[in-house]
Amino acid sequence: MARATFRIWHGEANGGAFEDHSTEVSEGMVVLDALHQIQAEGQGDLAVRWNCKAGKCGSCSAEINGKPRLMCMTRLNDLPLEQPVTVAPLKAFPTIKDLVTDVSVNYRAKKSIKPFKPRAPDAPDGTWRMAQSDVDRVQEFRKCIECFLCQDVCHVLREHDMQEKFAGPRHMVHIAQLEMHPLDVEDRRQDLKDAHGIGFCNITKCCTKVCPEHITITDNAIIPLKERVADEFYDPVKKLFRKLFGR
Amino acid sequence: MGASPVGNVTTVEHDVLVVGAGGAGLRAAIEAAASGVKVGLVCKSLLGKAHTVMAEGGVAAALANVDERDSWRVHFADTMRGGQYLNNPRMAQIHAQQAPARVHELEAWGALFDRTHDGRILQRNFGGHAYPRLAHVGDRTGLEMIRTLQDHGIHQGIDVHMECTIVRLLKDGERIAGALGYDRERGRFKLFRAKAIVLATGGIGRAFAITSNSWEYTGDGHGLAYAAGAELMDMEFVQFHPTGMVWPPSVRGILVTEGVRGEGGVLKNSAGRRFMFDDIPENYRPQTADSEEEGWRYTQGDKTARRPPELLTRDHVARCIMREIKAGRGSPHGGVFLDIAWIGQRLKNGAAHIQKKLPSMYHQFKELAGIDITKEPMEVGPTTHYVMGGVRVDGETQMSNVPGLFAAGEVGAGLHGANRLGGNSLSDLLVFGKLAGEHAAAFAKSAPAPRVRDEDVTAATAAALAPLERQGGASSPELSPYKIQSDLQVLMQAQAGIVRNAGDLGDALEKLEGLKQRAAHVWAEGNREYNPGWHTALDLGNLLTVSEAVARAGLLREESRGAHFREDRPGKDEAWGKVNLVLKQGEDGRMQIEKRPVPPLSDEQRRIIAEIK
Repeated sequence: MARATFRIWHGEANGGAFEDHSTEVSEGMVVLDALHQIQAEGQGDLAVRWNCKAGKCGSCSAEINGKPRLMCMTRLNDLPLEQPVTVAPLKAFPTIKDLVTDVSVNYRAKKSIKPFKPRAPDAPDGTWRMAQSDVDRVQEFRKCIECFLCQDVCHVLREHDMQEKFAGPRHMVHIAQLEMHPLDVEDRRQDLKDAHGIGFCNITKCCTKVCPEHITITDNAIIPLKERVADEFYDPVKKLFRKLFGR
Repeated sequence: MGASPVGNVTTVEHDVLVVGAGGAGLRAAIEAAASGVKVGLVCKSLLGKAHTVMAEGGVAAALANVDERDSWRVHFADTMRGGQYLNNPRMAQIHAQQAPARVHELEAWGALFDRTHDGRILQRNFGGHAYPRLAHVGDRTGLEMIRTLQDHGIHQGIDVHMECTIVRLLKDGERIAGALGYDRERGRFKLFRAKAIVLATGGIGRAFAITSNSWEYTGDGHGLAYAAGAELMDMEFVQFHPTGMVWPPSVRGILVTEGVRGEGGVLKNSAGRRFMFDDIPENYRPQTADSEEEGWRYTQGDKTARRPPELLTRDHVARCIMREIKAGRGSPHGGVFLDIAWIGQRLKNGAAHIQKKLPSMYHQFKELAGIDITKEPMEVGPTTHYVMGGVRVDGETQMSNVPGLFAAGEVGAGLHGANRLGGNSLSDLLVFGKLAGEHAAAFAKSAPAPRVRDEDVTAATAAALAPLERQGGASSPELSPYKIQSDLQVLMQAQAGIVRNAGDLGDALEKLEGLKQRAAHVWAEGNREYNPGWHTALDLGNLLTVSEAVARAGLLREESRGAHFREDRPGKDEAWGKVNLVLKQGEDGRMQIEKRPVPPLSDEQRRIIAEIK
């Protein structure tokens, strides 16, 4: 059986270093399997966050050979095993220990978004009627597993550390899902412009590239939201109207 | 450690503490908060990651949107038949009656289910359900549900404690008084004072080697409740889902949704035979298709057709698959073939249809096994999926025999009897999550504040820290938490799994004693900060409790019924059809087991069951 070396970041908030661990690899193994093996073989306290191991919960995000990916969906036979496989925690979030980061900022960001508000029910029994095509448009956004890989790779958050000013791609997807929801009647345009800072996104599409659910984040979520904001606040005719009539 | 452990414990106070943040826990917390009490929600993982996200096929509710013949009566009868009449009939009735309202309510909170042509919620076929009954979103219904509950729940004033594990329930006399937990991040202890506690911790799948369950499923609620004096029931009934992935080895056990069969997927052995037609149980024969043609018409919505045998109940399909494998007619990697690609012969856009209806199955096989399910068959075999057994609760309030301690969802027992129908789990957690939250809040409002004894907290923290204080254990690898857990899983899989007998179960009980001895001396290296070895060590106690309960009840029930199959007692026994097995901790600390009569049917329920064959 072949062996492979994993160069794993060990450490805590105040620093750490990469350490090499070698373990046996077998057919079909993913990076998360290798880490579990390394834990059981003597690194019992190696911190790894994971849950479903089937690409559905979005817990085991890490940077594998420099790329933000889910550890449970990264197969070893897609990686060059003749050199060490580097496994590092998400860079855009504070490290707790080893591969585990503090992603609580995302939960705060989501809470700041105005929640779903449906129109009055369509039928006397309190239910709604919706066309499948209208539902389909939003389903893409509702596939999100909240792995936060898009937040990790977004340079506004990663390089410029602007978590407090820009909600980030995950939350743009969440807002898109709400704004385009067939039943929702809430208006989030002012918040998008101000509190959620949509203007900070300059459409480099890095988020779209790393999404394990293949959500077209930039094109389908962020750009249409930018258009809505532009329509509302930067339309020259509307601007003139506001100036003249004060609203 | 410096100061006394109690001094290092942070205290949090809630009226209602909900333990577990999957569908049942979230639904309970939302309901309790709505009644105006202070609610805390503890999740072992991050919020929104709980096992509910894994649910694929759909949520069962007799909305009658696709087939107007459906009603709560038929859903009730189906659930009872599926459970081989060991279900608590009151729970089965409440469930069938209230599920439609719970599903509609999700829509009011933002859930988007697939639609019928006239814009209502679409429903699909599933094993054991007479009519298309499962509201769904492709094959990611669980994600849709948990995200809807999460996004609604975060605005309801609930205090969420993420990545926190409860290690002990605390009592004041007979009643519940609180719980002690630790946070994963720093290993700090938290004392939760609460007037009522709702357990919503899910199942026990991690007690087995091959499972569709995530790491969290270590039977925490079962173990905590048992240690606090609650009764467990029906623990011999562990559902082995017929279709889990079998190859490659690292993904063995990952679920392949029953929705594949609902959409027309067929099971075949190595000879290419649809073996499910060879063994159709008598009580299901009137509802089952005679020919492959009729079965196909059923999956395509022909109301005059009966369902194909692939959609018989999970216990039966799993055993048929085992039989084919044992008889040497299995697939190359020890499973059988599940073929959905063949529907391309019947439908014009077969491949596109499969990708639309089963998107996550398509990706799962593509990415983890390198298989294109629109072109080739999958290899599948049984995987540990769900435990019908759990904390015995009152059918109306969900309260256990411990005052103030409630249970909902998979950790509760009663609704499913000897076998759960697919889709009845998501509806279970909505219906009984709501009821548990409602009644826990009512209990909290009427109860005075309980007292937590310092010495109980001190004892619990000391026990939790013990594995870390046994440093130097590296010289005895037999006492590693990972090794003990893996030995337990292998034992349960081999000797208390899908096919059982008295010899294996008796022997398993002896070996469990040995594992208990080892677990009493388990060690964990490192410190308290995000230490998976330590966490694994602390989970062992609950895993051992539930494993013993499964083996003990499985040994006593000398018949085969539902998910419990004894090769040395292959038939059903009428006398056993009248009793549930109840387990509790005796005065001497040992596990006691007794037979308890199944709650009687009401006259109306009896009539419904007789009418709906």
